[in-house]
Amino acid sequence: MRRVDALKAVYPELDQAIVVTIMGAVAAELQSIGPRPNFFYLQHAMGLASSVGLGIALARPELAVVVFDGDGSLLMNLGGLTTLARYRPRNLVHVVFDNESLLSVGGFPTATSTGSDLAGIAKAAGVPNTTTVRDLDGFRAAFADARKSGDLCTIVAKVDAVGPSAYVTDLSLLENRYQFARHLKERAPEGKP
Amino acid sequence: MPVSTQNSSLIYRGLKDAGVRIVSALPETWLVHLIRMAEDDPDMTLVRLAKEEEGVGISTGAHLAGVKSAMLMQNHGFLAAVNGIVSCGQLYRIPLLMLISQRGSFGERDPWQCEGGGVTEHVLEALRIPFDRLEAPEHVGKRIAKAQTLAYAASRPVALLLSRDLMWED
Repeated sequence: MRRVDALKAVYPELDQAIVVTIMGAVAAELQSIGPRPNFFYLQHAMGLASSVGLGIALARPELAVVVFDGDGSLLMNLGGLTTLARYRPRNLVHVVFDNESLLSVGGFPTATSTGSDLAGIAKAAGVPNTTTVRDLDGFRAAFADARKSGDLCTIVAKVDAVGPSAYVTDLSLLENRYQFARHLKERAPEGKP
Repeated sequence: MPVSTQNSSLIYRGLKDAGVRIVSALPETWLVHLIRMAEDDPDMTLVRLAKEEEGVGISTGAHLAGVKSAMLMQNHGFLAAVNGIVSCGQLYRIPLLMLISQRGSFGERDPWQCEGGGVTEHVLEALRIPFDRLEAPEHVGKRIAKAQTLAYAASRPVALLLSRDLMWED
């Protein structure tokens, strides 16, 4: 399964969601499908996408939050999984694209290439629903189930170690950040937050 | 425990007056009362972290979502969070309000706290993070309010150092 195809498979469902992605290939591929003001691409700070998602989910429980994480990023913030599980935001779906490598820096293999099981780690951290999927149908079904479940889910999607030809897009970091914040403001219920 | 309950209350009141609704924290001795106050307050969301850098992400998410937050940490936790502060807080112009207990200053008895005490202010300066000290009860509320005002005006992280004179009653 290619990550870009997985993103395309669930893209129509992201219309109303608040989406936080990690840097690099995930951000570039999601932008290539079509940028939206409800997408925030955390273009650095490896590991913190899930923490940013948790912050949004706790601040705005009425919103459905989707985090697109990666194996290299999640491995940098495994402690954050325990925090995510501890506060168990019912409005957050955590997708981890696991290509078993740090692709953007030349394909350095991560520990998932030698057997570390991120869904197993998430489950042991206390995430109530975890699964590993390996094909598009499986990913589409797991994503739909997670969105319907009304509870925290971590979906580990095993993907090919292929990415876009370029990582820098014409959307500047701050343009994205301010558009996204404005979108969240416009989505705020009357008088809140 | 000689951590000042009274001055912890003043700091907590300052955070409440500043409209803070989410506090992330990693426990350390000087912060125990503050963390308990946040936990006991039904209008506050306390996020207990595994590592301080997560707090940068949580405060970033909260800010983008329109909610004011603060981070409570020891200076060694601040040092552990530096990349997040730079690569998320500063890169994305997030008004992080960081309250940092300044361990390892004059009066410190724990040998393991002393290195961090010597470098914290230099690191803050190197990062160009505006900071001030909370040393006496009478300026706690005002300095918290001013720190937050600058954080929002500049759209940048700021820090308040919690000093031994304020936090510890020997």
